[in-house]
Amino acid sequence: MINRSLFLKLLSAAIVFSAWEIAGRVPVSYAFPTFLESMSALARIVFDGSIFVAYAETLKPLVLGVSISAFFGIGLGLWIGLSARFEWLFGPIFIVMQAAPLAALIPILVMVYGIGLTSKVFVVCIMAMPVIVLNTASAVRNTPASIKDMAKSFMASDREVLTKIIVPAASPVIFSGLRLGVSAGFIGAILSELKITPTGVGDIISFSRSIADYPTMYAAIFSIILLAVVFLNLLEVLENYLFEGNNRGYVSD
Amino acid sequence: MKLFGRKLPAMSSLLVWAALWEVIGRMDLTFFVPPISAVFVTLFGLIQTTAFQNALGTTAYAFLLGVGFAIVIGIPVGILMGKTRLLDELLLPWVNIFLSAPLTALVPVLMVLFGFGTKTIIITTTLFAIWIIILNARAGVMQINRSMVEMGRSFGASPLDSFFKIYFWAALPEILGGVRIGVIRAVKGVIIGQLLVSIVGFGALFELYSSNFLMKEFWAVLIVLFGLAFSISEFLGYLERKVAFYASAR
Amino acid sequence: MSQINPASLKEARPIADIAVSVRNVSKNYGDVQALKDLSLDFPRGELTSLLGPSGCGKTTLLKIIAGLLPQSSGTIEVDGKTVTSPGPDRAFVFQDFALLPWANVMRNVAFGLELRGVAKSEREAIAEKYIREVGLAGFELKFPHQLSGGMRQRVGLARALSVDAQVLLLDEPFSAVDEQTRRKFQEDMLELVANEKKTFIFVTHSIEEAVYVSDQIAILLPRPSRVSEIIRPTSFRGKGVENIRRDPEYLDIVDEIWASLRSYVE
Repeated sequence: MINRSLFLKLLSAAIVFSAWEIAGRVPVSYAFPTFLESMSALARIVFDGSIFVAYAETLKPLVLGVSISAFFGIGLGLWIGLSARFEWLFGPIFIVMQAAPLAALIPILVMVYGIGLTSKVFVVCIMAMPVIVLNTASAVRNTPASIKDMAKSFMASDREVLTKIIVPAASPVIFSGLRLGVSAGFIGAILSELKITPTGVGDIISFSRSIADYPTMYAAIFSIILLAVVFLNLLEVLENYLFEGNNRGYVSD
Repeated sequence: MKLFGRKLPAMSSLLVWAALWEVIGRMDLTFFVPPISAVFVTLFGLIQTTAFQNALGTTAYAFLLGVGFAIVIGIPVGILMGKTRLLDELLLPWVNIFLSAPLTALVPVLMVLFGFGTKTIIITTTLFAIWIIILNARAGVMQINRSMVEMGRSFGASPLDSFFKIYFWAALPEILGGVRIGVIRAVKGVIIGQLLVSIVGFGALFELYSSNFLMKEFWAVLIVLFGLAFSISEFLGYLERKVAFYASAR
Repeated sequence: MSQINPASLKEARPIADIAVSVRNVSKNYGDVQALKDLSLDFPRGELTSLLGPSGCGKTTLLKIIAGLLPQSSGTIEVDGKTVTSPGPDRAFVFQDFALLPWANVMRNVAFGLELRGVAKSEREAIAEKYIREVGLAGFELKFPHQLSGGMRQRVGLARALSVDAQVLLLDEPFSAVDEQTRRKFQEDMLELVANEKKTFIFVTHSIEEAVYVSDQIAILLPRPSRVSEIIRPTSFRGKGVENIRRDPEYLDIVDEIWASLRSYVE
């Protein structure tokens, strides 16, 4: 028996895809293919393998950039959250990075590091790191004093307080920062492919647009969004696996 | 952090970093990093040129319209989603998807559908900002104390009355927080739009300066842009603090 | 001596004397039956308490009378006319005060009138009168977060009085304030009932409170919800606020009610 929530999700997907199909048939614009046309284009590039080759290219800087951002970002965030001195020194940098439109820096990065993997990884990092660092720092700083005191009253060492109290308590916000960072990194990866050099999925998009093969272009974009959604859901699964207590349900339950 | 027992103001470390930048610039390590003093001199000269002011006008026009649409559409949609379960269950998956999806990927679609002009840039800006505004408005409504709504009904409030006199104000702290984040995203959106769609406004300036290796000008424009974004964000933060007095008493 | 009437024996009272009449009201939540075929009359100008352990449906019944919840079956009549939604004839006082935190005391008290479209100067004049009456004179410009719990509830009370409804419904109005404030409120309640010619319906889970303030106590028992007794204290009603808590009839009634209720406590 399908439950109500799943049913409504499927219903809303069905409504949107039907609207897409109808809009394509009207047609809303000569450049707007129908849902089915786009899906068949998608099937085509899946079965001839070209999409996998493309993603192998695109995912390289993405995975690399996100991993580096996560590792250093969480580390920096922990340090900033724990040390007032460090926060004073490095906090403003990341606040500035968060608010500034760093996309403008892309041409500069290209000039410095060329058009290869390095600059793309750099782009992903500068898009993803600020939010991870700031979220982690804020979560650490806002750990409730009462559970820290509780741990100390049971004679926990500083290291134990960090690993057993602060990190788990901060984990929901850290993971939320990771999700935001990953999606920002995705934006960085696609942006660098559309702007710097056409490789990977960005290339499929640009190329198919230039030859007016709109179904393929839409198919590629659809696949990116689908991948981003899947990836973020996986992150959530990971969080629930590592920190089971984080899923506390709705307040209204 | 305290120095000699006195508390240092927030963001004051930026002065330290600026000093570092100045030193590195003077040492002429790389032409990408000119001394920050030179950047500021260029900045003052630049903001008086018509070229700059035109770029500012173009960008501001697209930005303000984009944010405006995001607010005018996003807040009511978010409030309605927070109130009505059915609507929420239908729309929420999409809002979440577009919140985290790489919206940059949608820009080619927008270009193909709406052309290469300012209209597309405005739509890009709106799309970058609207999802977080919707989510925050929704969250603001969902945390409203049920008895306040009942109170309105018990004194005969019409749906319109309830919306304007109760729901909107009760959700305002969250709404303002969402608008603040949305505005920052909108800045990214308008620049990305200008980089990808049609090279105008500040995007054009960035392209121009970077391709001609005019680094002082480049950093000057970036600092101006950041300064504007930061000011708007701080202004919204100020508004948030003005309503914070009742946020915790709800 | 106390007079305890079994619920089956209804006094023959003229219709004009009954302000609110609950007839055969049932309320179901899915499989759960919160109220079953409940009938009760509320005499005009008196304070009737609905008293009972948690889960007996007293707040549910109150909200049905207020028109905030729909009943599954049965009717509610106010002044002889059936009602199904909130109306100007009834005003509600909430357990958690339900004040607008962004508005000052004056606006909060005038809010009921504001929703009815009364002009600003007129509604503020009316509100001022009731602000004074509940003892909050001088606090008109303060905000809820600047007031104590007791003061916030007085704002809620003033708001309900301002709309001049004939029936006042109070949902455990004093349970969210401290004990001393609560006692003061109970004393003030007696004075209010005497001065205002309104009908009060009062939900509480405190036996002492019910016996202290009420002209009539309806005891509700849970699962299924029903009226088990109606008690009308007689002798101590007019005795003055300081003398009631040691009056023998008061103490007897409290003990008798507790004796019959204690088996229903979980």
